[in-house]
Amino acid sequence: MHGVTSLAFQIGDCGGLRVEIAGTRAVLRHSGALWLEAERTMVVADLHFEKGSSYAARFGQMLPPYDTRETLDRLEREMALLSPATLVFLGDSFHDGAGEDRLPGEDRSRIAALAVGRRLVWAVGNHDADGPRALPGDVVDEARIAGLTLRHEPLPGAQPGEVAGHLHPAAKVTSGRATIRRRCFVTDGRRLVLPAFGAFTGGLNILDQAFAPLFGGPALAAALGPRRVHAVGWKSLRPD
Amino acid sequence: MAEATALPPRFQQWFAARGWAPRPHQLAMVEKGRLGRDALLIAPTGGGKTLAGFLPSLIDLTERPPRNTPAGVHTLYISPLKALAVDIERNLATPIREMGLSIVAESRTGDTGEARKQRQRLRPPDILLTTPEQLALFCAWEGARNYFADLSCVIIDEAHSLWPSKRGDLLSLGLARLRRFAPRMRRVGLSATVDDPDLVRRWLGINESPPPCGEGAGGGGVSAEPADPAPAPPPPPLPARGRGSHSVDLVLGSGGAQPIVEVLVSGGKVPWAGHTAEHAMAEIYEIIKGARTALVFVNTRFQAEFAFQELWKLNDDGLAIALHHGSLAAEQRRKVEAAMARGEIRAVVCTSTLDMGIDWGDVDLVIQLAAPKGASRMVQRIGRANHRLDEPSRAILAPANRFEYLECRAAADAILGGHLDGEPARVGTLDTLAQHVMGCACSEPFALTDLYDEVRTAGPYADLSWEDFETVIDFVSTGGYALRTYDKFRRIVPGQDGLWRARNAQAVLAHRMNVGAIVSPAMINVRIGGGKRPMGGRKVGEAEEGFFEAMTPGDTFIFAGQVWRFNSLVGADAFVTPAPDKDPKMPSWGGSKFPLSTYLAGRVRAMMHDEAEWPALPPDVQEWLGWQKVRSIIPGRDEMLLETFPHGKRFHLVCYPFEGRLAHTTLAMLLTRRLDRLGVGPLGFVANDYAVNIWSLKPMDALDLDELFAQDMLGDDLEAWLAESFLMKRAFKACALISGLIERRHPGQEKSGRQVTFSTDLIYDVLRRHQPDHLLLRCARADAATGSLDVARLGDMLARIGGGRIRHAALDHVSPFAVPIMLEIGRERAPGDAAGEMILAEAEEDLIAEAMA
Repeated sequence: MHGVTSLAFQIGDCGGLRVEIAGTRAVLRHSGALWLEAERTMVVADLHFEKGSSYAARFGQMLPPYDTRETLDRLEREMALLSPATLVFLGDSFHDGAGEDRLPGEDRSRIAALAVGRRLVWAVGNHDADGPRALPGDVVDEARIAGLTLRHEPLPGAQPGEVAGHLHPAAKVTSGRATIRRRCFVTDGRRLVLPAFGAFTGGLNILDQAFAPLFGGPALAAALGPRRVHAVGWKSLRPD
Repeated sequence: MAEATALPPRFQQWFAARGWAPRPHQLAMVEKGRLGRDALLIAPTGGGKTLAGFLPSLIDLTERPPRNTPAGVHTLYISPLKALAVDIERNLATPIREMGLSIVAESRTGDTGEARKQRQRLRPPDILLTTPEQLALFCAWEGARNYFADLSCVIIDEAHSLWPSKRGDLLSLGLARLRRFAPRMRRVGLSATVDDPDLVRRWLGINESPPPCGEGAGGGGVSAEPADPAPAPPPPPLPARGRGSHSVDLVLGSGGAQPIVEVLVSGGKVPWAGHTAEHAMAEIYEIIKGARTALVFVNTRFQAEFAFQELWKLNDDGLAIALHHGSLAAEQRRKVEAAMARGEIRAVVCTSTLDMGIDWGDVDLVIQLAAPKGASRMVQRIGRANHRLDEPSRAILAPANRFEYLECRAAADAILGGHLDGEPARVGTLDTLAQHVMGCACSEPFALTDLYDEVRTAGPYADLSWEDFETVIDFVSTGGYALRTYDKFRRIVPGQDGLWRARNAQAVLAHRMNVGAIVSPAMINVRIGGGKRPMGGRKVGEAEEGFFEAMTPGDTFIFAGQVWRFNSLVGADAFVTPAPDKDPKMPSWGGSKFPLSTYLAGRVRAMMHDEAEWPALPPDVQEWLGWQKVRSIIPGRDEMLLETFPHGKRFHLVCYPFEGRLAHTTLAMLLTRRLDRLGVGPLGFVANDYAVNIWSLKPMDALDLDELFAQDMLGDDLEAWLAESFLMKRAFKACALISGLIERRHPGQEKSGRQVTFSTDLIYDVLRRHQPDHLLLRCARADAATGSLDVARLGDMLARIGGGRIRHAALDHVSPFAVPIMLEIGRERAPGDAAGEMILAEAEEDLIAEAMA
């Protein structure tokens, strides 16, 4: 694999990483959100609301039902910092088609409130192909903002300007005696894959072959830390 | 006492034909059987204990009148090891065949084929030999009640190893259930020597009259050895009632011959530091040459690999020396065991995997490399030698450093004096209860109050409160969350009749796939293979998940007695190739998983303090103690020594609580937090079984030590640290698995154990933020406190040294006692690495020179 010398990035305010995606300036936030400052647009992928209750309903496995409010807590914290004019959910916002019906009332109100005073866009994914029924917002297959194409599932081949989710990328790094595994962004400067934002969402190691068709050249993993994003070169990555 | 005529003629003749006389404890057990009494037999290995357990059943089965309908299982035998159940099946076949008894005895374990299991269900054997996990499965059967209606006896083998564990909790609940099915069932426990038999009796027995009022103290007229002559605080008092133990009679086997235990001082020297007893290897090799078959016990897998390697370097005579530990492939272990049984092996280097179980061949010597950490375990290990009761077993303890010398001496004295390590009374765990409740619901509908009463007849759950029971029921049903989202997805539901049952077949199936209280870390297969796309080569063994995490491709390590190069980790397979001529870079040193026992720690403190004992010690140990007295302080029996001194550019605080590595690690974590708040700038710490060493940027001699060690450190500081602790996450994962919150992985279901690790961590984080009082967080906290953190022991220690019993020596140099723990600082990082060894060797000379100057 290649190094990342050809990729320009810099650590911005609030621990975010400033990059350019196909010429559009963007900030990769340590929350896992993408921030397009010029358009005041915040993008988050793979919220998987009601994943916990999905296991209870389908398999009788009683995982804690607090994942939706945990995800909302994070989302609201990030929005308080950024005050976006547009909020884009990049697909798989609900873990399954019936998730919306299982929402506790309080959580439902909090999601509805996200659309107050701004545009809320639901790009649909494979888990939530029909989009929400009763919640406010625009349901789209994909959105074009600031020259970027925002869609849930990345398409194979060169897709300059594509911003996608779906893969839940995670980076594993070993140094000395310790190993860490973190959610991460992946970009080669032409396209971008966002980490999953949901509280119960796991991660797929970016050395997995699922990422191979997307990034031919040098790529950068931007791993999420508690206070900042860490730029990780391909050479430092470890498989699971 | 029973008379020899207690045996039916057929049995008497059989004993006579073999040239045996029945032993008194065997006859006593027959008598207990005739009287229908529950009994706990405590006898050393080699005393015909297993036969004593089975004799009453064999006699009863021979004498029972013929029946028109096929009978159910008469005797259920439960062993902690699958292999032991299978072995006993074989051993039992001999008397049954030779006496011509028409008795069917069969084993049933996780490895038993489906056809045999089906047949056993339709035509139950008279004697069924199995494991605690299988009993948990039986309890979840539909129709379990009928299947066990004829049960007249349950025999628990190796009871001493089962009772103080979650497996023991689950087993006690299973016994309570069986008694509902078969009220006249007897309970029989077989146990090695234990410190306090009453605790085992309480676990085994029936708590007939649940809580209200105490029934007077003590159990059945048996006095245990005085537990602890050391100054350690007494264990928490047992509730003043002997409920469980009242129902179980105690039978004691005769003690057998006293073992011969020596402490080896190889070449007249005991090293300053180290864990491997490398210095003694040549002498140990000579000792092995003089023995028929020797078991060489060590405390860690690493030590096993190391000792095996060293012995083969010396093995010019080509003695058959083998290796046996938990990471080796099962086939490989079986091969070693078979070769031992055939008498082809001269020595086996082994870990606790050979602590109990099957008799293998003619072992006449047990060698313990490095200190044994507890007297009870050592007695077990010594019992592996010479399974003939009347001849003494021979054991040699080989200490690896000077503190270990004291510990080995203390262990040898304790063994000869019959002083064993005490265990606290067992309080049943709630995650285990949750699993049992689900099992009961899978079997048949139950009423809450009936099940509550039933559960409390199990020793460990005698004091279970109704509130805790309800919390567990709520957890099993809906997950026990304050947010009532899952009320419509219950796993168990109350019916119109008020009885609770499993919701559907899916819930039942999921439960059956997840029974048991053994949670092992995810294992990685170690396979031979290299290149970019390695193919599944021969499996060399299994290693715990963490083993390869710190390695990079190209690193070399010792595993299964060979040096390997690590190539890649793909899914659950690690690929390696032989690297015969390379100097291995060792994996992490690790410590013994058994901490130093309280009893031995007390003895070591006493030996240090009492100068009258010194002349019996080897010269260099005497000299070491003497120098410590001159250069620092020898603490009194009730005191804790604490030294502060500068070394290099750092300042050190070394204290010597002697409470074991786990409690010391917790103590070091908490002290570091406090020192950080005091602005001392702590930089790091190491902890071993004897001492804690913390180093910092600023001097620490002027601190208020009583304040620093104040007991409130176990309050907020502990909570704050626990919340972030990796140990808590691991404990939570175990509780989540046992309680059925998350499911075990089964072959083919998932690519690697890591995904499970990851998701329980997520669940832990979310749950901690949104419902910190959830049942499973409570369980995890309790487990971490008693297990991997040893908070209980730390609490006892802080109480012991409170009120000004810290002896502070403010020094300007390293003390003789501090040398070993100072050397541990570098050792953890690069053991085996040539440069590292050189640095260490220099550091060692400098340190010793400084301490003795």
